[in-house]
Amino acid sequence: MVSFSAVAKRYPGGQEALKDVSFALESGELAFLTGRSGAGKSTLLKLIPAIERPTSGSVIVNGQNVASLKRAAIPYLRRNIGLVFQDQKLLYDRSVYENVMLPLAFSAHAPREAARRARAALDKVGLAGRENANPIQLSGGEQQRVAIARAVVNRPALLIADEPTANLDAESAARVLDIFVAFRQVGVTVLIATHDLALVERYAGRILKLDAGRVV
Amino acid sequence: MLSAVVIGVALALPAGGYALLESLRGLATRASLDPQVSIFLKSDLKRAEAQALERPLRADRRLSKVRFVPREEALKELNAVQGLADVTAALGQNPLPDAYVVTVRSGEIDLLVADLGKLPGVAHVQADTAWARRLAAVTAIGRLALWLLTFLLGLGLVAVTFNTIRLQILTQREEIEVSKLIGATDSFIRRPFYYLGLLQGMAGGVLASAIVWLALALLNREVRILAESFGSAFRISSLPLEDAVAVVVLAGLLGWLGAHLSVSKHLREIG
Repeated sequence: MVSFSAVAKRYPGGQEALKDVSFALESGELAFLTGRSGAGKSTLLKLIPAIERPTSGSVIVNGQNVASLKRAAIPYLRRNIGLVFQDQKLLYDRSVYENVMLPLAFSAHAPREAARRARAALDKVGLAGRENANPIQLSGGEQQRVAIARAVVNRPALLIADEPTANLDAESAARVLDIFVAFRQVGVTVLIATHDLALVERYAGRILKLDAGRVV
Repeated sequence: MLSAVVIGVALALPAGGYALLESLRGLATRASLDPQVSIFLKSDLKRAEAQALERPLRADRRLSKVRFVPREEALKELNAVQGLADVTAALGQNPLPDAYVVTVRSGEIDLLVADLGKLPGVAHVQADTAWARRLAAVTAIGRLALWLLTFLLGLGLVAVTFNTIRLQILTQREEIEVSKLIGATDSFIRRPFYYLGLLQGMAGGVLASAIVWLALALLNREVRILAESFGSAFRISSLPLEDAVAVVVLAGLLGWLGAHLSVSKHLREIG
């Protein structure tokens, strides 16, 4: 599903975020990417949906080498990847429902099918009934679940989350992780970056530890 | 919306100028379609000598119509003009010479005027086209000025749209960022801005046409009074529909161009 080989990423300032990263995720696998702050977790995740490009090495996602993907092809790659960010990147000028509908606007869906999918996604994250609320009215944990609903509404094969529990209390964090794990059970490949090792140990997932730009 | 008003007012200037110039040009071409030349004879010329000129004039192939205007008839015409009868009566004797009025069929008017002046007994040859030619020259200058104005204001339109779209992109920055991250294509993100630029330009064009139409309708009320005092039915023709449509289309295209430049510059800066 995802395969990194000899990936290095150097930022223009000369800072070397990743030195030599190689690993592969099988389809339907659950993996946690751990490591100290600044170990390169975010950079690694950004390489998968081509938010950043590697300086060298290859990043294969779903059989495509993302490193050499044309600009115009990137949107189509991203539609098959669900992204959840530490700051949820929700739009606060519209309702929860409209936020979840956003990805469906780009890909051609019949309005009824789109509405059905959005409701199903909200139902899966336990927010059915909050469709008309504004995200600002929701707690941090609930907002993160809206972000997850938006990430999965297109039914991606791959779900990536960058520190999804960083700003949440233990209970909300566990609930959010439970949701990710549930997606894994329906065949979605899930990769979560986190520094919360205690939380990770409760799940039967593979652990990729990133240290000084390398997976150890 | 305010930008559409700015565009409308800016475009009304060249569009209105264009309508005015077209009216003047119409006047000039109508007058020069069959240019008339008046040949005034020496006032001491005998009637027989004067009439003898008719033959060489009729023989000239460059002329289509030759009409002899005896001085008595000229005086009568002059008297018919209101208020002048008193003046001519005060003069006592007829000050007008015999004259020919000829219509030019073809050829260089200046050359013709020179040739006619050489005929025996001719005192003065006056081509009525002189004023029409001057008018044509003035309208040509006006036209050039108008093109420059149109170009500058067109540039202004592009700049106004550029800025409107820039502000719109800034307000929607977050939405654009998120949309890009979750798989929106560039064209999907660009499209609404193109529409905005196009619509804003077209709205400005419609407004400009409306302003011109209204302004000319108001002007024409006064022009009618003025023209009637000259015994003329001259009116400033309003902007014809096809020209109004052209203004709207052009404004739309320039708006689209402004949007294109703005979107190309500012969307690249996001994500």
